[in-house]
Order: sequence, then C-alpha cells, then structure tokens
Amino acid sequence: MKALKNFFEKTKPYVQKGAKYHWLHSTHDAFFTLAFVQKDTSKSGTHVHDFIDLKRTMGIVVFALVPALLMGMYNIGYQHFGALGQLETAAFFDLFLFGFLKVLPVILVSYIVGLGIEFIFAQFRGHEVNEGFLVSGILIPMVMPINTPLWMIGVATAFAVVFGKEVFGGTGMNIWNPALVARAFLFFAYPAQMSGDSVWISASGIEKMADGFTGATPMAQAVLGETNLNVWDAFVGLIPGSIGETSTLAILIGAAILIITGIGNWKIMLSTVLGGLFMGILLNIFAVNAYMEMPFWEHLIIGGFAFGAVFMATDPVSGAQTDKGKWIYGFLIGVLAILIRVVNPAYPEGMMLAILLMNTFAPLIDHYIIQGNIKRRLKRVQQSA
Amino acid sequence: MSKHFKLKRGFNIRLKGTAEVVLEDAPAPKTVALKPTDFPGLTPKLKVKAEAKVKAGDALFFDKYNPEIIFTSPVSGTVKSVNRGERRKVLEIVVEPDGTSEYLKFTKADPSTLSREQIREQILKSGIWPFIKQRPYGVLAKPGDVPTHIAISAFDSSPLAPDSDFLFSKEQAALQTGIDAVSKLTDGKVFLGLSPEQSSGVFSKLKNVETNTFSGPHPAGNVGIQISKVCPIGKDDLIWTLSPQALVYIGRLFATGQVDFSKTIALTGSEVKTPKYIKTIHGTELTDLLKGKTKGEVKERIISGNVLTGEKVDSDNFLGYFDQQITIIPEGDEYEFMGWAAPGFDKFSASKAFFSKLLPKKEYALSANMHGGERAFVLSGQYEKFLPMDILPVHLLKAILVNDIDKMEQLGIYEVIEEDLALCEYACTSKIKVQNILREGINSMIKELG
Repeated sequence: MKALKNFFEKTKPYVQKGAKYHWLHSTHDAFFTLAFVQKDTSKSGTHVHDFIDLKRTMGIVVFALVPALLMGMYNIGYQHFGALGQLETAAFFDLFLFGFLKVLPVILVSYIVGLGIEFIFAQFRGHEVNEGFLVSGILIPMVMPINTPLWMIGVATAFAVVFGKEVFGGTGMNIWNPALVARAFLFFAYPAQMSGDSVWISASGIEKMADGFTGATPMAQAVLGETNLNVWDAFVGLIPGSIGETSTLAILIGAAILIITGIGNWKIMLSTVLGGLFMGILLNIFAVNAYMEMPFWEHLIIGGFAFGAVFMATDPVSGAQTDKGKWIYGFLIGVLAILIRVVNPAYPEGMMLAILLMNTFAPLIDHYIIQGNIKRRLKRVQQSA
Repeated sequence: MSKHFKLKRGFNIRLKGTAEVVLEDAPAPKTVALKPTDFPGLTPKLKVKAEAKVKAGDALFFDKYNPEIIFTSPVSGTVKSVNRGERRKVLEIVVEPDGTSEYLKFTKADPSTLSREQIREQILKSGIWPFIKQRPYGVLAKPGDVPTHIAISAFDSSPLAPDSDFLFSKEQAALQTGIDAVSKLTDGKVFLGLSPEQSSGVFSKLKNVETNTFSGPHPAGNVGIQISKVCPIGKDDLIWTLSPQALVYIGRLFATGQVDFSKTIALTGSEVKTPKYIKTIHGTELTDLLKGKTKGEVKERIISGNVLTGEKVDSDNFLGYFDQQITIIPEGDEYEFMGWAAPGFDKFSASKAFFSKLLPKKEYALSANMHGGERAFVLSGQYEKFLPMDILPVHLLKAILVNDIDKMEQLGIYEVIEEDLALCEYACTSKIKVQNILREGINSMIKELG
C-alpha cells in the first residue's frame, strides 16, 4: 500500500494547476481519494468530524443493490433458457454466467461513459469528482431491459449525466433522479426498443420460443386479462422485466441494508408502499377491467414498484427534503405509480413516470412544509411575548 | 415555577479523556493575554502600549464602536507585547505579571442595594462586561440596552466538558451575588438551566432565579437551546446570556471591591496523561500549564475549549476568553487506505453506517482528520437530528448561502449561534462548514439590520 501511496503523492505535483498534466487533476484526485482517505485535518469549525462521508454513503447504496443485481443476472439466464425450453438441463451456474456476461458490458458502458463525463466536468469546474455517479452508474443498467443496445445505454447515460445532473451544478443540485432520466430518455426516444414483449428476454439466436413462452412481463399479461401470476416466481424474481427490478426478495434485502444503516429513508419507502396499496385497493373497488381487478397487493411484486420505492424514490437529492414532505412525497409516488400503471392505455408500467413527476413536485411540497415551519415559529414567539 | 424539558434530539460524542475529579494548582503563569479574536465582530482599540505598567482591572483595549466596553488586565504587571497578525490585526495583548497583586479598587456593596445604573457602571469599568453576550447573534451585549430576560446555563454538555458543580463547588456566595447583580439589569427574569444531575449541587441552591431543568444529550447544555424552550426569541427580543464563570467574577467584584480573575479549568482529551482540573487564571499562557502533561506519542492538536467550538492553539499560546477547558487530541494527518470501505468497528459515528454502532459504550480517541472531502448538500434529514429546536437547519444554511435576509429571519437565525449547530458540522456527510456559514449569515444580518 505504501508504494501506491507514494505513487499518488509523487505524481501529485504534476497535476497541480499550471503543471504539465493539470488536465488529469480530477482523475488523479478521484483515484487518490478512492484509494486513501486523505490526511486533511480540520482547519476551522469543529475539530473532530464523523467518519462518514459521501464515499461511505454511496458505497453502502451500491452494496445494497448487489443482491438485486445478482438475482437479475441469474434471472436473465433463467429467462433465456426458459425461452429455449432448456431449463431442466441447464445448471445454476450456466444461468448465472449467461446473465453475468450479458449484464457486464452494460455496466461497463454505463460507468465508463458516465464517469468519463463526470471527470471532465469536475476538471473544468475545479471540483472534486462527486460520488453520486457510483450509484447512478449501477442504477442505469438495472432499470434497462436486457436487450437494450449498448450504444443506447451510452447515449442515455451521457444524456442523464449532462442534462439530468451537470447542467444543474452536479450532485446535490439535480432536480430529477439521473438514472430515471436515462430511462425516460430511452423510453421516449426509442419506444420500440424499450417496451413490448421481445425486449425483456435475451433471446438472440433463439429461433423458436418454447411452447407457452411469451416473454411478456406480468403487467403486459395483466392488461390482456391473463391474471395467472405465479406469486412465488414474481417475489423471487423469475419473471421478465428490467435487469434489476424483478426480484422483490433481493430488493427487500437491499431495503433492509439501507434502513439498518440509516442511509435509505424508511419513511419514503413505507409511504410509497402505502400509497401503492391505497391506490390498488381503490382500483379493485371500482374495477372495470382485468388489470384493475388484479389483487392490489400483487402490484408490489411485479414491475418496477419495489425497486423504485427502495432505490429511486429515496434519492435524497431529488426527493422531498423535509420530514413531513417525505411522507407526502412517497405516498403520492405510490398512488401515481399504480394509477399510471393501470389506467394509461399505452404502457403497463408507471413507476418511472410517477417518481419523475414527484421529483418535480418535491420542492413544492417542501415549500409548504417550510412555510408551515415559519408560521409555527412566528406563532410561538408571539405567544411567549 | 420550575419546568423540566426532556430533549430527545442531539448526540454525545464519546471521547476518551474525561477529567478526573482532582484539582491541581497550575504554576503561576509567566504571561497572560487577552485575545480580541475571541469576540466575533469586535474592532479593538488599544489603550496601552508595550512596556506600560498595569494593575489588575486596568483597561488594555476597548471596543471601537462601544467605547464603554473595556477589556481589563487580569493581573498586575507590565504589558509585554502586542502581537499582530495579517494586516496588523491585533491578535494578543500580552501582560507579564509582576508577582504583586495590585488591584484597582471598585465599590464593595451588596448589589441589591445598588441601582441598575451603578451595577452597569461597575461591571463595565471592571472589564467583566465582555462576558455578557446578547442573543440574537451571540455578540457583545450593548451597555445601553435593557434585555427582555437573562439566561444562564449552569452546565456544559459538550464533549469532555468540565462538571460545573465541581468547578464552582466553593463559589456559591459569589454565584448568588452575581445573580443578584445581573437580575438588576433586566426588567424580565433571570433563567437558570440545570441538568437533572445538578438537583442537589451548588446551582440548585441559588435564589432569585427561575430554574428549569434540561435532560438529554448535547446540546442540552447550550444556553441557546434552553432559551428556545423557555423564552423563544422573536424579532424584537433581546436576551442576554452569561456563563457561570461570569457570574462568579461579577459576584467577587461586588463582594470584595476588586477583580479576581482566577478560574478552574479542565484539562481533557485522549492525549493528556492524567486528565484533571487545574486552578489557574483567566488568559493564562499554556506553556507551563501543559508542561509534562501530554503523552507526546503522536502529533497533538491543542484546543482551547472543546472539540466542537474550541480554537486550535499553539502550546505557547493562551487560554481563550470564555474557555473552561483545554482538549488535546491527535492531529491525525495521515492517509488511510480504503478507510471509507472498512467495516469500521473502531470508527465512531453518529450515523449507523459503521459496525462501531454495536459498541454503544466504547470511548474513542478521535483525531482532527476530516475523514472525507467537502461536497454539496446531498443527504436530507441529517442535521435535524442534532438540533432540539423547531428549526430546519439545512434550509437556514441555504438561505444564508444565497444571502436571503428575509428567509434567514423567518427560518430562525435569531435563535442560533455557532455552538448550537456545531454537532451538525461534526456529523455532516458532506463535510460542510456549518459554523462558518452561520457566522457569515449572522454578520450579514448585523450589517443589514444593525
């Protein structure tokens, strides 16, 4: 480790302002701070600082995403071999390896494109590279259908980082969740590649699907009135869907990690689920078609609902910032997600749009909560006077 | 009408090195000094030159904009030097004691027989006035004002803070005289905030005050927090605050007719051999006081005050004006390989993101390392946990950053000073300099509204 530290320390003068390799400054700094917590000590204010920093925080989020990612990889193999009708003969490891090899390039493209842009922006602004993209870079692949072409992932990532984040001033300033901006960009720019029944299964080279295998997501099936959902498969994650969203079980493990470490906000998670259940029950009561008749609780285990509630809605930057605001914000995400999912005629999913919509309204919710705080404080002073 | 307030929000930083209840006399200091930099916003004007002879109680400098407020020498002796920093800013006025104790004479009288005017005169002339701070803003109280109320916190809840019942165990008479004196300065009440542990100590016996108790983690002992519960500050309110030490000085002044700036401080921190209490004098030089007292194993940081609000000082510098403790911790200017990814059984944190959470009693030798780089505000809901007030700290800070005076006022800038938000700065994931930002906001409030 000493050699590595010496390397970073010795090369540091070469990337300082005015030095020959100054254009590498942000890159040098990013890798140095990643490898070593720096020796800087407090210059003013409090003399001791908590051990927690943004790297730790984001690192824990990535860690919490791992179960869902691994299950997603396995499921891609599962769906592929299922489509071939070869599930009985394929070993566990075959399924996982197939998925792993499919997902790895997507992750690499996302990180290389996204971090590349982040490094450039950090260099121009003279900032340190922010850790936010460590999470966004893994979230982007996980919300994509497996058949999305790599160039599309690259374009969407670039769009998300530049227009979803950097134009607002970087991590901490953005209005929308960057990963969902990437997803929404592809959804509206290339709708054919982002929906339908063929995009969820890695079926290249498969000429004939096995009997009874459609490749449709449970939601697409529900629209058609085929409500024979295998609840256990949906919960464990053996259903077609975006890479990371299928396994509610794995997402729950991630949620537990986020809640125990206090990194993810349980209030938003809980209120989103409550909002979803509330809308689901309402739709059940007034049901006029098969999708509306689908048992309300099944919404929680299909599509991107669980994934969105745990990993997307809880983004502290784009979500509501006040405590009460978080309850309202989460609840409305749940309500809107199910409403859009069931009622809109074109596309059987609503989580992405619900979160983006509530990201937009989060500052408004906060505004009213802050006004409430101001009024309450004013009243308190008047009373004591 | 004593009330009990149970504060839930806040946090105790578990540091090693609490002072043992042992009192030791410090060697007589070779020099003492006053530091104008201890007062935010003060413009000092010197009253003495180097080589001048002064008695204890003679003015060394005064406030340029309130010339009545003078700062007096705690000892009799010779002015050794006036140390200046950048742009000739006065940093320290150093006095060399001559060993004799020549005191300036003041009126010796029971304060209850004196008028408000007489009491104010005497406190001003003795140089004890600068111990009175005003809220809003936490700056020097103006002699012409009459405060709505006066608030005093009888305990310090900050990390490794001295036990004030021990510090002032022999000062009950002086405390009472001090309270009798300051109660004449207001038409309102004098509030005294106690911790539940002080229910039978020296402070519980004081009269002529309204006593309330505050339980809970730090910052329960901060007078600003107590004020927010007892008499919240509005736009037109003015609350004066004093430390118990100031009461003692005022009490001694009226009881004896001379200034007596001797005080007891706590020597604390993980790098102190045996943390204990030390009897010394206001503004003492630290060299002799600390000689042989530190471990010397690692590079040390000496803090006059506590780790949240204290000032980093060199070993040949002086004790700060308001400080009742010295804390010595490791500097910690070392790299740590992949430190952010370690399980963290040894990494104390207010968050739940390290395994140290599983060891709820362990005490730590925390260093001055930042443990990460500064970032924009990313997390939400973090600061609120450390401020037991109905204030949204992040939104207040953002209002300051965009210099929105109206918003600052509405969001509660009148109610807080640096020490109240210091825990937020300690716990901040983004390493934001909360105290600096808040002082900037207070400065622009003073500039805009006077």
